[in-house]
Amino acid sequence: MSTHPHLHRDDPKDYLHCEYGIRSWLFTTDHKRIAILYLVSITLMFFVGGAFATLVRLELITPQSDLLQPETYNRMFTMHGIVMVWFFLIPSIPAVLGNFLIPMMVGARDLAFPRINLLSWWLFTASGVFVLITIFIGGVDTGWTFYTPFSTFYSNSYAVAAALAIFINGFSTILTGLNFIVTVHTMRAPGMTWLRLPLFVWSNYATAVIMVLATPVLAITLLLVGIERVFRVGIFDPALGGDPILFQHLFWFYSHPAVYIMILPGMGVVSELVTAFSRKRIFGYHFVAFASMAIALFGFLVWGHHLFVSGQSLYAGLVFSLLSYLVAVPSAIKVFNWTATLYKGSVLLATPMLYALAFIGLFTMGGLTGLFVAALGVDVHVHDTYFVVAHFHYIMVGGMVTAYMGGLHFWWPKISGRMYPEGWAKIAAGLIFFGFNLTFFPQFVLGYLGMPRRYATYPPEFQVWNVLSTAGASILAVGYVVPLFYLFWSMRYGKIAPRNPWRASGLEWEEADSPPIKHNFEEVPTVTKEAYHYHEGVRLG
Amino acid sequence: MPRLASPRTFLKVFIALLALTALTTGAAFVPLGPFNDAVALLIAASKATLVVLFFMNVRYSSRLTWAFAVAGFCWLAVLLGLSATDFFTRHWIPSPSAFPWR
Repeated sequence: MSTHPHLHRDDPKDYLHCEYGIRSWLFTTDHKRIAILYLVSITLMFFVGGAFATLVRLELITPQSDLLQPETYNRMFTMHGIVMVWFFLIPSIPAVLGNFLIPMMVGARDLAFPRINLLSWWLFTASGVFVLITIFIGGVDTGWTFYTPFSTFYSNSYAVAAALAIFINGFSTILTGLNFIVTVHTMRAPGMTWLRLPLFVWSNYATAVIMVLATPVLAITLLLVGIERVFRVGIFDPALGGDPILFQHLFWFYSHPAVYIMILPGMGVVSELVTAFSRKRIFGYHFVAFASMAIALFGFLVWGHHLFVSGQSLYAGLVFSLLSYLVAVPSAIKVFNWTATLYKGSVLLATPMLYALAFIGLFTMGGLTGLFVAALGVDVHVHDTYFVVAHFHYIMVGGMVTAYMGGLHFWWPKISGRMYPEGWAKIAAGLIFFGFNLTFFPQFVLGYLGMPRRYATYPPEFQVWNVLSTAGASILAVGYVVPLFYLFWSMRYGKIAPRNPWRASGLEWEEADSPPIKHNFEEVPTVTKEAYHYHEGVRLG
Repeated sequence: MPRLASPRTFLKVFIALLALTALTTGAAFVPLGPFNDAVALLIAASKATLVVLFFMNVRYSSRLTWAFAVAGFCWLAVLLGLSATDFFTRHWIPSPSAFPWR
């Protein structure tokens, strides 16, 4: 046994050591263990999706199609999109960090429905198996967007199998969202009022609302694709009397809010990191909290900006363009408030903070280029070019994946009970930042010059930018593999983590051990202070 | 725990759903032109409301549950309403082929 009062590595009560055996993991209802199950699952899927991206980037080193046939290339970028969106990005922060932290942050012993939480992971696993089967039998070539009538008639690939995998995956998302909403409403500790909730909880609550309201529409849409493809019932195919643009409306009604499912939890992580490593309460708590809800709401009103050149009415395009600019307002509120929090803060540039600062810059670039593509005229020029690819990767990778990495490092001592090696972590963060920008900044140039996305070949004058992009991708890949090794290493050899190594505020740091006991707290905490009470001092142990 | 509807109420709702199904089938044979779709959708919406209120027990649940149920319908209205901005205005501007002299 450790002699230090807060070092519980060998304490049999901590959640990692309270039970042993594979069954104790696969059938656990402990939110922390389920978070670990998700961590393992989505890490696997991240590297599967990354393998497809690697093949795409390797093919694009040369202008001609030499490594992959065009048909194979189409399958590669499609599977990359499907795996990364539904099997990594959407579950990443909510299902891993959210599952682990939300009950602790609100002062609860678990989520409201622990068994449904386990069911959610099993559904995710089942859908993951389906998508892996789809890959092994030949994949799908429709793009991750499944546009009709290609997906319902012309495509000679396994569109129904992929749609089925996503259909099942959707139920996992809905159940996670439902669990978060009920937990935040009904399981808060005494004194934990709505306006004392950490901003991570606010952002995940907003995300959960989107998950519950948007995901069923995707399920219905994919079901309709399956019905049309298998039974030839005319819904989207004009040859059968259907409307292909109807598919795009339904698909983007889900998929644009899904972008906010991917970015809002990242914003929550950054709010936590910026305050903890500036040692200051957040600037404008209320504005940051309500900005999350505003983004969730406005995110549902803008989907038509994906349809500007699809044949959608010009008048609808005007409405959607105008509404799209609305989203910039709450997003900018967050960026300004994080920056204002840094002002005169006692800033510590530890690895999680490096990721947070990277997020602020990269997300801002992704967001501002989003304004370009929300403009009707500019979008005609850059639609379906690499400009769009660069834009959404700045949000999803530069934003969400960076925030996920920052959050994973920040809460790693709480999750594993061990510290990660700071030097290696900083090297990896630097590689990721440099590799990311070298990969995707050239794509802005390529897109603006007119290189379309989703082609295996391109004119020779674009080669230099593509070589730069592929070089960046190889650095980025190293940047992502290095943490895999040192985080594994730290689980056995890392320095034992104290209860609150970052001197951060929040119930998970101040009231729970590292790693926490099975039911999080020895007794239910009573909250008497606002979130981020750095000006009043924090409890270290 | 919120209270449940009585078995008698469940039975009445069930019979109402069956009657509305029969009405849907019957209405399909009446030539109403474009209103056939409208009538079918109206009946379907009534059936959905009955299911939500009684079988999903929203009728006897808290105001918070009501708020979430209403939110679902609001979001459906957003989906239909904003999609309609496209469908109802798509033909306002003729395609360039309508002006061959340009």
